[in-house]
Amino acid sequence: MKRAPRGLVVVPARDEAQTLPGVLAGIFALPFALDVVVIDDGATDQTAEVARRAGAVVLTHPFWLGYGAALQTGFKYALSGGYAWVVTIDADGQHDPADIPALVAPVAQSAADISVGSRFLVDPAFPMGFAKRCGIWFFRGVFRALARRTITDPTSGFKCLSRAAYAFCARDLFPHDYPDTDMMITLQKAHFRIVERPAAMSPRRMGRSMHAGAAAQIYYAFKACVSILATVFRESHAYLGEPKGRTPAAPPAPAGSCEAARRSPRETAPA
Amino acid sequence: MNGLTFRQKTVAVFLAIGLVILIFELIRRRRLREEYSWLWMLTGLAVLVLAVWDDLLAALSGLIGSTNPPPTLFFFGVLFVVLICLQYAVRISDLAVQVKNLAQKTALLEEEIRCQREDRSKASL
Repeated sequence: MKRAPRGLVVVPARDEAQTLPGVLAGIFALPFALDVVVIDDGATDQTAEVARRAGAVVLTHPFWLGYGAALQTGFKYALSGGYAWVVTIDADGQHDPADIPALVAPVAQSAADISVGSRFLVDPAFPMGFAKRCGIWFFRGVFRALARRTITDPTSGFKCLSRAAYAFCARDLFPHDYPDTDMMITLQKAHFRIVERPAAMSPRRMGRSMHAGAAAQIYYAFKACVSILATVFRESHAYLGEPKGRTPAAPPAPAGSCEAARRSPRETAPA
Repeated sequence: MNGLTFRQKTVAVFLAIGLVILIFELIRRRRLREEYSWLWMLTGLAVLVLAVWDDLLAALSGLIGSTNPPPTLFFFGVLFVVLICLQYAVRISDLAVQVKNLAQKTALLEEEIRCQREDRSKASL
C-alpha cells in the first residue's frame, strides 16, 4: 500500500503560463510522489489552466496579493493537509526541480528546519547584474553580522521548510511582498536551524521578474532595510509566541478525496 | 510677543467650531466612525483653545522657539493632521493584513468546494 506523500511543493505563480509546464513536469518526474500546489496570484494569462492540466492543485487569489502572500497561502494549505515538509520553488523555471531531493534531505532527516537552495554553492560567480550583485553582498553581510553565521544566498526562493517552520511562516508576521533576508533573520532569531544546499539556477528566459525596473529595486532595498532593522529591534518573544514543538496540524485529507486522487501513483516520499 | 489679532482669532475660532460641527454631523449621519473621529475632534478643540487662550499660545510659542504666535497655531494644526495620517496608515496596514487573510481563505475554501463537488459527482456515478 502506498503512503500519502509527506511533502508538498508550493509554486507561487503570476503570469507564468509559458514556463510553468516545464517546472511541473520536472517536479512530477521526480522518483517519489509529491503533492504540488500552484498559487495563482492574480494571473491574467492561462497560469491556472496550465497548472490544472499538468496535475497540480491550484489555489486562486481573487486579486494580486504579492509573492510572500502567495507562499503563505501554500503554507496554510500545507497546514490543513498536515504535510511534514514544504518545498517552495519559483514558477519561472530558474530552479531545477531535480535539486529537490537534496534540498529536502536535511529537513526530512530532522537535521534542519529550513534548507535553502544556494546558486552560489554551485557557481560562486553566478552571472547577475551589478545592482543585484551589490544587493546580495549587502544582505549576506547583514545576515552574517546579525546571525553570526554565513548564508551565501539569503534571497533564494528555493527552500524546504519543516512543518514547524512553515507553520511559523503561516502567521501574520510573514511579509506579503518580499520574504527574503528579513525573514531569514526572523527564523534564525526564532531558533530554527537553517542549512544551505547547492542548487543550480538558470537565467530567466521568459516573463518579467518581480524585481524588474529601477523603482521596484529601490523599493525592495528600502523595504528590506526597514524590515531588517525592525526585526533586529523586535523582542524575541514576539517570534516565540507559538512554540515550535506545539505546531497544530490538521489531519491529512481523507483517502478518496480529489486531493488524494490527484496524487501521482509513484513511490513514497523520502523518509 | 504679540498674540493673535482679533481677525485671526475670529477666523481660527470659526474654523475650529466649523470642524467640530462637521465631524459631529458626519458621526450623526454614520459617515464617520467614532473611533476615527477623536483625533479630528482633538484637532478642532486644540485650535479653538489656542485661539482663545492667548497666554497658552504664547507659552507654547516660547516652548518651540517661535517669536510669533500665528505660526504656532498653524504648527500644531499640521502636527495633529500628521498624527491623523499616521493613525490611518496604521489602520490601513491592519486592513491590508485582514484583506490578505480573507483572500487566502477564499482561495482555500474555493479549492475545498471544488474537491467536494468532484467527490460528490464521482460518488453519484
